[in-house]
Amino acid sequence: MAFQILLNVFLAFIWMFLSNDYSSLAFCKGYFFGFIIIFALRRFFDHRFYFLNIVAIIRLLGIFLIELIKSNISVLKVILSPKLEPRPGIFALETDLEKDWEITILSNLITLTPGTLVLEVSEDNKTLYIHAMDIDDVEQAKLDIKNTFEEAIKEVSR
Amino acid sequence: MIEISKFIVGYLVLQGAILSLIAAIGVIRLPDVYTRNHAASKSATLGVISILLGLFLHYLLIDHIANSRVLLGIIFVFITAPVAGHLISRAAYNTGVPLWNKSVQDDLAKVRSKQKSR
Repeated sequence: MAFQILLNVFLAFIWMFLSNDYSSLAFCKGYFFGFIIIFALRRFFDHRFYFLNIVAIIRLLGIFLIELIKSNISVLKVILSPKLEPRPGIFALETDLEKDWEITILSNLITLTPGTLVLEVSEDNKTLYIHAMDIDDVEQAKLDIKNTFEEAIKEVSR
Repeated sequence: MIEISKFIVGYLVLQGAILSLIAAIGVIRLPDVYTRNHAASKSATLGVISILLGLFLHYLLIDHIANSRVLLGIIFVFITAPVAGHLISRAAYNTGVPLWNKSVQDDLAKVRSKQKSR
């Protein structure tokens, strides 16, 4: 992905040299034409067309923000309810993600999810130990983490 | 236009202040380190972020100055707050701070006792 972006910037510079116009507008034009060229030649690269990765990153950012707001609302409910009866607990979650940065992003996401907080990552990077505010919703939380977060992170690294 | 933007700025700052207040109440009311950490690391994060966003919009819409340092501050808070929450609760667990006595389940304790017996 980084290689394709670098190539696109390089093509934009070539465009600037060809048109003998060294302004940011010329750079943007060249970047646009390079973008089309890379799209046309996408089957010659090892990775997929890099624009899809950028869309995936923006989606991940959106998920981050939505989860932050949702988790705040759920914490609010717990704190402001007159009878304080959370049922906290620690549960283990298996993850398929392998690279270190993926696990870092996953645990940041889990920490910002409603009612969960990562306590410990096991040494083989396979299991996350998560403290949950309300152990009754754990199955739902597990499903959420599996289906939305892991998929979104895999989409970025693909 | 100025009136609408003043309204939005006021709303954001007020929301941030209220969220921070509720986080503080949560730190007092909740029973143990881990549940307190939930309140502190989440509500305080969104509270600080919305106050900073209100500040940024105030400068942008009323004084017409885009202050990029405020945006960087938002990003740094957003990245570091969950990590800080994770590290504090992990340190608490590893030094043996007990869970609340009404806690239901503790998968990590089993793993830890296995590691000790080995």
